[in-house]
Amino acid sequence: MEKQNIPEPVPFKFGNKLKIYLGIAAGIGLIALLIAVFFQQLPSERIWANLWMNALMFVFLGLGALFFWTVNTLGESTWQINIQRIMESMGLTIPFAIIFFIAAFPGLKDLFEWTHTEHLDDLLQKKTGYLNLPFWMLRFAFYFALWSFFAIYLRKMSVKNDFEPQEKYLARLRATSGWFIVFFAITSSTAAWDWLMSIDAHWFSTLYGWYIFSGMFVSALAVIIIIAAAFKHFGILPNVNSEHLHDLGKYLFGFSIFWAYLWLSQFLLIWYSNIPEETIYFVERTKNFGTLFYVNVIVNFLFPFLALMTRGAKRQPLYLAIVAIIVLFGHYLDLYLAIMPGAVGHENTSIGLLEIGLPLFYLAAFMALFFTFFEKAKPVPANHPYFIESSSYENI
Amino acid sequence: MGAIVYGHFTDELDLLNAVKELKNKKIHIADVRTPFPVHGLDTALKYPRSHLPKIAFAAGLIGGSLGLLFQIWVFTKGWPLNFGGKPYLSIPSFIPVTFELTVLFAAFAMGIAFLLRSNLGPGKIPNILDDDVTNDHFQVILAAKNNNLSEIELAEALEAAGAIDVKQVNATT
Repeated sequence: MEKQNIPEPVPFKFGNKLKIYLGIAAGIGLIALLIAVFFQQLPSERIWANLWMNALMFVFLGLGALFFWTVNTLGESTWQINIQRIMESMGLTIPFAIIFFIAAFPGLKDLFEWTHTEHLDDLLQKKTGYLNLPFWMLRFAFYFALWSFFAIYLRKMSVKNDFEPQEKYLARLRATSGWFIVFFAITSSTAAWDWLMSIDAHWFSTLYGWYIFSGMFVSALAVIIIIAAAFKHFGILPNVNSEHLHDLGKYLFGFSIFWAYLWLSQFLLIWYSNIPEETIYFVERTKNFGTLFYVNVIVNFLFPFLALMTRGAKRQPLYLAIVAIIVLFGHYLDLYLAIMPGAVGHENTSIGLLEIGLPLFYLAAFMALFFTFFEKAKPVPANHPYFIESSSYENI
Repeated sequence: MGAIVYGHFTDELDLLNAVKELKNKKIHIADVRTPFPVHGLDTALKYPRSHLPKIAFAAGLIGGSLGLLFQIWVFTKGWPLNFGGKPYLSIPSFIPVTFELTVLFAAFAMGIAFLLRSNLGPGKIPNILDDDVTNDHFQVILAAKNNNLSEIELAEALEAAGAIDVKQVNATT
């Protein structure tokens, strides 16, 4: 690679204006929650389910970004160095998700049928070996301890290399990334069982973990794209160009198809074998959530498939960011469809002020944490051997 | 077809610089032959974008819709079979085959279109000007008929750009 004039990234400042905007968004979210609790008199399970759904989305964004970074680090990909700090900072929000989960803990009885140990039917009785509250809590603590450790340790190694560049930090980064992927492969599935699949405790699907993972990964990619495009626009990351967005767009395109593949695989087999205890999941969703059920597939598969097909679409920052925002909404809807029918039931759920307002609070919290962590380190890893290539590579 | 002049390079960076230099001198480059794909060569040669993706999309669309329509015809009109009490027109079960046919049509159309467009295919006798290009040399080919310069001037331009083994042949293609 020939050396060109590569501009130095400007240190990022989490300004007051940004803080005020995020504060307003968080305020709207809180007001929506308060109105829902005190004025609308919504059923308690609907409020808990919303808190639960947003906490999940919060941790999914961090986890997906951490996973994307570790995969790229393990594969020694060079292109991602310029956007690496975005993924790092998103990953660091994982420990804070505990707060949001704990905020929803009082509603566990409303959310999970299997927590009512006093009257369980035979089927749930047989599942108590795995689905019991102490073991569930233990797993919860284990997941967060594990993910937080990796997020913080990897970030530490990455920042250390900024100040005293040594091969051993990069080697540790690579090796630890590999270990994270090993643990994440298992915990992403089991966490999806614990937190989402066990809402419909009688029902099970063997690829549910993958299905949730694919949605998580696409949502995180969408957020990375939006942030990268915005940072490019505001000159915070001057070396991010259409090539990086092109690659991110390819990921978004490809993994939207991957999501659709898993969605169909789950649906097709259950539809085909037609066993009542399995079909109940889809009967509930097609009968009572019919429109949303099909909108989900259109927004998350058909739309990105057609919108991101051409090369030009992936290289146009504004266009790509708009597609990413729509896909992010789509995966929020996907999560809604995974939680609400089981936890709340169709009689009590609708999309109202709570569903639209509350995410703003979590989004503002996520972005505030993200900006705080992004501000703490250099916007692009310094002294990284791949930096020049990441700033001057070209897609074929 | 007239005389052509070619020169060799042993390094891809030298090749890229030479191509840029020749382009700056407004010399038309007939072809560049390399032992492996060189990053940035397409842009240096100012080639327009390939139309292959459009062919792939069109063929995929044809394959997918043909596959879906054929299955719909077979299972409702041609030879309706009752599978486990499912309706005859069961779109979910048609999706895998539709998907496979989309991929099959797109892949074959791209392969065939590429061979046609590049003048390749079974039975084609390769037109190799110099055996070194099959090993480790990068070859830049200039055709006299495309340029206003004489063969000698073209050879000089190639040598000025750093080419070795500059030769002149009267080629048939």
